[in-house]
Amino acid sequence: MTDIPLDTMAGAVARPRRDIGLKARYAAERRFRIYGVIAISVGLAFLAIMLITIVSKGYTAFWQTTVTLPISFDEKVIDPSGKRATDPSVLIKANYPKLADTALMAKLGIDPSNKPMVMKLKGFLSEGARVQLRDIVAADPSVIGTTRDVNILAAANLDSAFKGQIDLSVDEARRKVSNQQIDWMNKLKADGVMAEHFNTGLFTYGASSRPETSGMGVAIIGSFYMMVIVLLLALPIGVAASIYLEEFAKKNRFTDLIEVNINNLAAVPSIVFGLLGLAVFINFLGMPRSAAFVGGLVLTLMTLPTIIIATRAALAAVPPSIRSAALGLGASKMQMVFQHILPLAAPGILTGTIIGLARALGETAPLLLIGMVAFVADYPKTPFDPATALPVQIYMWANEAERAFVERMSGAIIILLVFLMAMNITAIVLRRRFERRW
Amino acid sequence: MSSLLVLAIVIAIGVVAFVIGRQRATAHETGKVKPHSRAHYHGWWAFLLAVLPAVLLLAVWDIGSSVYLDRHIHAALPERTVDSKVASEALDASLVKSLAKGLRRLDAGTPLPATFAELQPLLIAKGVALASDTQDYMIPIAVEANTVQDRLGLFGAVLTLALSIAGAFYALRQIAPRARARNNVERLMLWGLLAASTIAILTTVGIVLSMLFQTITFFESVSPMSFFFGTVWDPRFAAAGSGGSQGQFGLIPLLAGTLYIAAVALLVAVPVGLMSAVYMAEYASPKVRAVVKPALELLAGIPTIVYGIFAVVTLGPFLRDLSAALTGGSPFIQGQSIFTAGLVMGVMLIPVVSSLSDDIITAVPRAMRDGSLGLGATRSETIKRVILPAALPGIVGAILLTASRAIGETMIVVLAAGVAANLTANPFEAMTTITVKIVNQLTGDLEFNSPQTLVAFALGLTLFVLTLVMNIVALYIVRKYREQYE
Repeated sequence: MTDIPLDTMAGAVARPRRDIGLKARYAAERRFRIYGVIAISVGLAFLAIMLITIVSKGYTAFWQTTVTLPISFDEKVIDPSGKRATDPSVLIKANYPKLADTALMAKLGIDPSNKPMVMKLKGFLSEGARVQLRDIVAADPSVIGTTRDVNILAAANLDSAFKGQIDLSVDEARRKVSNQQIDWMNKLKADGVMAEHFNTGLFTYGASSRPETSGMGVAIIGSFYMMVIVLLLALPIGVAASIYLEEFAKKNRFTDLIEVNINNLAAVPSIVFGLLGLAVFINFLGMPRSAAFVGGLVLTLMTLPTIIIATRAALAAVPPSIRSAALGLGASKMQMVFQHILPLAAPGILTGTIIGLARALGETAPLLLIGMVAFVADYPKTPFDPATALPVQIYMWANEAERAFVERMSGAIIILLVFLMAMNITAIVLRRRFERRW
Repeated sequence: MSSLLVLAIVIAIGVVAFVIGRQRATAHETGKVKPHSRAHYHGWWAFLLAVLPAVLLLAVWDIGSSVYLDRHIHAALPERTVDSKVASEALDASLVKSLAKGLRRLDAGTPLPATFAELQPLLIAKGVALASDTQDYMIPIAVEANTVQDRLGLFGAVLTLALSIAGAFYALRQIAPRARARNNVERLMLWGLLAASTIAILTTVGIVLSMLFQTITFFESVSPMSFFFGTVWDPRFAAAGSGGSQGQFGLIPLLAGTLYIAAVALLVAVPVGLMSAVYMAEYASPKVRAVVKPALELLAGIPTIVYGIFAVVTLGPFLRDLSAALTGGSPFIQGQSIFTAGLVMGVMLIPVVSSLSDDIITAVPRAMRDGSLGLGATRSETIKRVILPAALPGIVGAILLTASRAIGETMIVVLAAGVAANLTANPFEAMTTITVKIVNQLTGDLEFNSPQTLVAFALGLTLFVLTLVMNIVALYIVRKYREQYE
């Protein structure tokens, strides 16, 4: 050990530190970091606000107010002249709303001869009651003459009032529900006759001009057809194209042309594919407008680049040693690809396909151009019948003025987002579970 | 015989050929000579030879016979007077065709009435509704057309089936231990793979050609000069001729709106996206990254229609009320405005910018980062003075790609930007874009050959070319940059 003289140490300590602006630099560092945090928070905050507003507006759409009424299927109203055995159309044309109104008046204790009160009852029950009761009678004509409890849909305005969405402090003349109707509503609510039920109609009804009887049934079927078509066409074609480009193609002009094309198509605006569909599939080839089949074809062309890019990445990730081993054991190149490479790349391909399908499911713009903005009330039986799609249905409801349609629209967005999230989570889980790092 | 039935029979023949072929080849496997190909390859070869040529013939025959039938009907129609238009002869031909189709629905053996008036109730009873201007003289032509079609169809079916059977027999006779069935099958597979990969080219060609033809038709009625340099967009009165067609399909206001909104969107998306990417790549702990990254990806997975509805239902009214509250009276931000649309589109583009620049930032070699840190630079100095300059070309490429997304984006602007074609510099007013006008011109009732509809294709072509140029430049820059460090 060497003793250091104390006085030299003291001299070293006493020397003042050179100022190299460290404080300012560290402050700059901290600021920079904070910018980063702010940037990420902005993105996440926006996501949160968007989801919260949509869910808070839309969750009520999953409930629908109904009035449970003992409907007496009076023969005098349905079939006054007793012709139904010979002329079944009587059952279609009968005055069913009268049955519902009579039952409601009995429930509320209104005298049917009191005209002003009866007039106020107008717009309490949904116009859809006609269809509801007609379907019951048409399914089983023997109900005529009997009494049965039926859940009649309340009109959209009453539905909103029941859910507390209408501001009752507003002057009566300026809102769509009268005080008398509110009183009746509260009376029925106290009796337990008027209540909210899970809204199955949102999933089953087709297009309608009345919010309470409109639903996404047609849109769900249309979207389903399109997804099946996209899957059946885009997956095999995309995989085949990727195999060719990744495993067989020689490096030449033609291959370059294909690659440039694929990369470009991935970045072409989706609406351009809609123009292509309109000009080629509908005008030139004469396919039907509004059909899910044409929509499926357009979305296939749009999804192909996504699937090809994902598949090529998955194929390229399979290590060359597998290829060499297969070829070394005497497999032909085709056998190597289809029996060894493709199974190993399958999880990656599947993930890419699901992500591509999710994007196709949420795509709206090209479908607007091929006429899928259509008022379709009946379920499409084949992909060649007129149909709509989920996002298009949302767009159509967004253009409606009534408040109740905004509620349905938000509900539809929730359903669409749930579908998309399920697909994306499946893709992530698949990737986590099956992805191999070589 | 319908084509579908023929197709089904052909496939059935193919399946039979496959089974027989595989059986025969299996018999060879126990022989003295070692077979060249496994048995199922012989089966597949038989299947392919039985099906492929036959299906090709069927397709060609169907197209050919429909063309022939068209000619036949046109020839059979009586000569029209000179002053009648060609379009109405095409109309007559289509009337005959639908009449012929309707006649097929009648029960066999029904005596055919000579006049259309007598025929119509019969057809309606079968659920066939025909245009009432069908003429009496068309009935014999339709009957004749049907017989010709039947004859052609039968002939085609016989030919197809014969070809299919011949193919199957040829393949089955070829089966021998040394026959190279596998090579044959694999060569065909390779052609199939090649065909699949040319679909990308076909799509591009389809896009360009379809839009080009409609655009040329459009330019026959509106001059390109007034389209590209016109400053007034007012398509409705072009047909009425009020003020002529000059300047009424002006692209300028739409292009200005498109670029303005895209610029606002980029102003939001680029700083936020870039900073998030930098933070994620350089600062975030693995835990934070595991949560934030999927959340940002979620932002990318939300359909654009949802953003658009958020803009028009929530954000637009909110900003309008906010501005009204600020000035204490009339709002200076409109419900639909450039600002609202641009803001929401910017948020939509954040994940696009951040994921593209994340790739580029992580591609900067480790050594450059370590060198800078080792010389005593702080992290932020390293990022600002070393990493970002090194990544700059890639980031420019990423911004170009994002800009092309912003220009082509449709649903947000359809809902949030408005439909009035203004030329304004005020970001709080409504402006419209190219994509909005394409949607407007092509939805609803439309007559296809009017300039009002065709202009959508001219707009589409403009949009396509615009984004194509940006994409090519961007992809070129990105690729060039990536090669630099690989």
